[in-house]
Amino acid sequence: MLLNQFLILGAVLFAIGVYGVLARRNGVMVLMSIELMLNAVNINLVVFGVQHGVVSGQVFALFVIAVAAAEVGVGLAIVLLLYRNRRSINVEDFDLMRG
Amino acid sequence: MNVPAALEGFDSLTSGDTVVAQNIAFGILSVVMVVAALRMVTTRNVVHAALYLVIVLAGAAGIFILLGAEFVGVTQVLVYIGAIVVLFLFGIMLTKAPLGGVMEMTGAQWPIAAVVSLLIGGVTVYSLMARFGSDRLTSDGPIFRTADVSDEVFSTYIVPFEAVSVLLLAALIGAIVLARKD
Repeated sequence: MLLNQFLILGAVLFAIGVYGVLARRNGVMVLMSIELMLNAVNINLVVFGVQHGVVSGQVFALFVIAVAAAEVGVGLAIVLLLYRNRRSINVEDFDLMRG
Repeated sequence: MNVPAALEGFDSLTSGDTVVAQNIAFGILSVVMVVAALRMVTTRNVVHAALYLVIVLAGAAGIFILLGAEFVGVTQVLVYIGAIVVLFLFGIMLTKAPLGGVMEMTGAQWPIAAVVSLLIGGVTVYSLMARFGSDRLTSDGPIFRTADVSDEVFSTYIVPFEAVSVLLLAALIGAIVLARKD
């Protein structure tokens, strides 16, 4: 197997995640797209760990999974709070800090 | 990555360094993942998007197992598909607007977003092709079992591991404080 086929898969998934973060209006969808990007990074970490014959790649992927779980918990709590206060999760409605 | 023992005697399945069976598995997984990811960011139904996310995450777990990282693959299934997607479904359920109909899911800025993501993807793929052209994945490296992963976590990475524990506790408390009703 080529090294590049895994790296390109990761790059394509990351680009799709970037599109989702930028284009989606629903706050929950934005968080989902971030998960997609984190997953692309995980694939890269594991494949480079295999390529260099070290176990650190897998350990880093596990850390990324743990941090992603924490991020989703806090992110969804923030989205719920926004929904409770503003009756909307459209990210375009939240422009209080616009200059 | 070592060829699974069952495949080693099969000359018909291996040609040169290329392991055909693994390449077929990779091809199927990657096509399914990319299609599901594209549907995830374009579908108008939020619940469908969460289910497409499940397909992408399961495909990533398959990729991890293909690479011999079975512990990461199983953790992916348990944490992502088991916990995070359920959290997303709860988030969708709790924020469903009671009136106003289906919200337009994609903002007016989507062409710019598409250009930006195409640029990021294009530049990344181009530089990967330029740097790693046709490098083969190491096929004679060591196999890491779950015991090796846990040895590494609890020796070299013990301090980051404890930091992650504290981070998870902080996130738990933070989520409770944020979502509490009062």
